[in-house]
Amino acid sequence: MFSTNPFTELAASIGAEAMQIYVILMAVAVIAGVIIDVVHKKSAAYFFENAKKAEKSAKRTVSSGEKMSLAVSTVTNEVLTSSEFANPARRLSHLMTMYGFIVFVISTVALIFGSDAGIWPMLWHLGALSLAVGGGWFFFIIRVDVSSEGKKWYELSLRGDLFIVSLLVMSVFALLWSFSGAGLSGLSLVFFVLFIAAATTLFTTVIWSKFAHMFFKPAAAYQKKITKADGSQENLPDVGEMSDPAIHARYPDIPEYMGTNPPNMGLGIKREKPTHF
Amino acid sequence: MPTFVYMTRCDGCGHCVDICPSDIMHIDPTLRRAYNIEPNMCWECYSCVKACPHHAIDVRGYADFAPLGHSVRVIRDEEKGVIAWRIKSRNGETDLNLLAPITTKPWGEHIPQLSSVAAPTKEQRDSQLLYNEPKYIRMDDGGLHTLESNGLELKEGVYY
Repeated sequence: MFSTNPFTELAASIGAEAMQIYVILMAVAVIAGVIIDVVHKKSAAYFFENAKKAEKSAKRTVSSGEKMSLAVSTVTNEVLTSSEFANPARRLSHLMTMYGFIVFVISTVALIFGSDAGIWPMLWHLGALSLAVGGGWFFFIIRVDVSSEGKKWYELSLRGDLFIVSLLVMSVFALLWSFSGAGLSGLSLVFFVLFIAAATTLFTTVIWSKFAHMFFKPAAAYQKKITKADGSQENLPDVGEMSDPAIHARYPDIPEYMGTNPPNMGLGIKREKPTHF
Repeated sequence: MPTFVYMTRCDGCGHCVDICPSDIMHIDPTLRRAYNIEPNMCWECYSCVKACPHHAIDVRGYADFAPLGHSVRVIRDEEKGVIAWRIKSRNGETDLNLLAPITTKPWGEHIPQLSSVAAPTKEQRDSQLLYNEPKYIRMDDGGLHTLESNGLELKEGVYY
């Protein structure tokens, strides 16, 4: 079931070229959407302005080697493991959605453009499954409207839910289409139409949806690391270690009230999830 | 002046919405990020600023004591049990770091178990004093505490 190439029969009926043209069109739509998004929202201009501001209040200069290692750690932490999320459930669902999407897209391209299927059909199905489970978990349970605002899952906001709904519908109907024989008749055709409609919506609405976050989020995370390294810290204070003698000398209240080696006080208000809206 | 949210930092977790005493921090239904729905009603209590795990919320100070370009930012580190402030003037000459304890014991472990304490007697109920008042203001171990009984004296001026 997982190892059949869903595009074999499709190629026979609509032709491999049609599929390839569709994939290229979607890629063009994403690139154009991201460029328009960046220009329209002025996000790149904002980042550069912010970076300049941070540079002004920098306490030290960050060498290019350090910048390189910060970029690498941004990729290994924020990008590859979504370390920015404070909520572990959200982080896990994001990882499932993200890797599911990447594997799904790459294997789609490999199946449509490549000649040998190999392991790709398996990856295509697993990617879609991971996308459906991670995206569904987020959409039905974690999403702030449902978890905190008490709305029903079907009370959608068009722009707010465009990205997640089209992702979810795409992955679910891709799987259903494949499991129903991957043909173009009867129920299969219905699933196929929904799959393609969702995919088209996903890739052509980049400017209105959250799609572009995969490009600017790493940039924001990298900039945050740079401000920490150069000492400007976005004007945030230094907390330091409470067992540090320099801290004791500077702030005598710390050893007086908390002792010279205070324990970890544990989570305070973060012991409870923020669901009391 | 009211709070505002740095959109590139906020992840829409909702801690600010939970803690705001005026209920004016909300999650935007489209962007799914926090924002102040009614800046006029914000009294700059800094609750949301301290509760934000990503330090995504900032406050603009009133122009009379903090001209534009200044910065007052805070990190409330609950695990270390301290609060740190950094105050910068707009010409950058003042760059003040402050640090103070906010707890001396781990959070939530030393809550008084009032349900297991004996109920007040009829006499205590009829008295003018509040529940546990003699004990809490230490009147039950020999009269009211005064500067004199504590070996202190009133000094002139402001002192700490």
